[in-house]
Amino acid sequence: MKNDPNKILRYTPFERANHWLAAISFILLALSGLAFFHPAFYPLTQLFGGGVWTRILHPFIGVLMCLSFGVMFFNYRKLNVMTPADREWLSHVREMVDGDDRHMPEAGKFNGGQKLLFWLLVASMALLVLSGIVIWRSYFAFLFPAAVIRLASVVHAVAATVMIALIIFHIYAAIWTKESIDAMLYGHVRRAWAKQHHTAWFRQMMGGDK
Amino acid sequence: MALQSLDIKRRSATTTPSPSQRQTQEVLKLIDVSKCIGCKACQVACMEWNDTRDAIGANHGVYDNPMDLTENSWTVMRYAELELEQGKLEWLIRKDGCMHCAEPGCLKACPAPGAVVQYSNGIVDFHEENCIGCGYCITGCPFNIPRLSKKDSKVYKCTLCSDRVAAGLEPACVKTCPTGAIVFGSKEDMIRHAEERVVDLKSRGFANAGIYNPQGVGGTHVIYVLQHADRPEVYCGLPRNPSIGPMVELWKGAAKPLASLGLAMVVAGAAFHYVTKGPNEVSAEIEKEFEDEK
Repeated sequence: MKNDPNKILRYTPFERANHWLAAISFILLALSGLAFFHPAFYPLTQLFGGGVWTRILHPFIGVLMCLSFGVMFFNYRKLNVMTPADREWLSHVREMVDGDDRHMPEAGKFNGGQKLLFWLLVASMALLVLSGIVIWRSYFAFLFPAAVIRLASVVHAVAATVMIALIIFHIYAAIWTKESIDAMLYGHVRRAWAKQHHTAWFRQMMGGDK
Repeated sequence: MALQSLDIKRRSATTTPSPSQRQTQEVLKLIDVSKCIGCKACQVACMEWNDTRDAIGANHGVYDNPMDLTENSWTVMRYAELELEQGKLEWLIRKDGCMHCAEPGCLKACPAPGAVVQYSNGIVDFHEENCIGCGYCITGCPFNIPRLSKKDSKVYKCTLCSDRVAAGLEPACVKTCPTGAIVFGSKEDMIRHAEERVVDLKSRGFANAGIYNPQGVGGTHVIYVLQHADRPEVYCGLPRNPSIGPMVELWKGAAKPLASLGLAMVVAGAAFHYVTKGPNEVSAEIEKEFEDEK
């Protein structure tokens, strides 16, 4: 039952819709961007209607992602402030990766790893947007000297590689941690899931008991 | 504008050999700045042969017209009035255009397969039907040559008349030059001719005369004879040591295989983690606590 009263709301319909908007635009951006990065990926331009269409569409999809990512940034920035408990969590991350979470400090709505991921994504996204404007040849590149455009090209490629790696990691973490995709698809999570993975948040949602 | 297809030395965004069965002689265009009178016949001949027409611009109070290279003006004369020695005015006129680098930054930066080609004769040519209009070639060029057309979002530049050269003719600018300031031939012959010109200029009091054939881009297939080769920048900003540059080298060099490999490793790492460590599930104890919710 999706509306099971025993379940806890983790993401509102708006948060879910916006997350998937960012996710879809990110996938389109990664595919079209890789096409220009290495000749081995150039055939990906066929997904977008050829090389010229890929070149035209990529920056506009970037604007879309920038907007939806920006909404996520403002929604989640306070929830992602690092606390001493999060630093403690991160210092135990090796045990977590090993599949042993018995000694992990209690996590709030987001754990230390999720918070670190959040800030790394924010940094990558900021670099991508700034460098992307500089290398957007049709509208902005003529405003900048060649040396700046060259630097921006490198920054864009490096930040994109980092962001793709982070998102692969993000997707994997969601697959690895069973039922967490349900939270982003349907909004609600089981109480057992919440207690297992986000104990402090679970307590808060239960009004302090258990 | 490519007619030859059997003698391609290099092709943009291509990792396998290009058709290269036919070998051609390396060619070179020599521009002797000391012989140039600034008549712009070469500019006219270029537009005539390539059948491009620039918009009629405004007079800026100088001889330069148009003021810069455009998608229709693939070569322009740049005029510098300088007093390098007190009381001795010099009028240095440089025909600007693609240098046809041996190591072309445009070709290195281009992401579209076959949009930039380099023939075995040394000519670097744009194949506009493969161009996607991203402008990476402009980013990669150390001489600021390619121009993006507002009409069709393709880039254009001097082809060194690859179509004429393929048919055994010299480029249109060479054909028309009335003073012999522009000459064309085999790389060997032209370098020898340039050296003779330098000797002549030195005997006429230009102690620093020399050849501009920058090695930072592996040499070029358009070279200059300069009266003041020690100061190339006085010729309307001719770069002293042009090269593809560390940023473009990094972007289109090491970054490509390293990043691709890195991303592949992240995917492989995730897959191996899953099959070795197993999924992260709710523990049996906690499941028991919430048995009612099932």
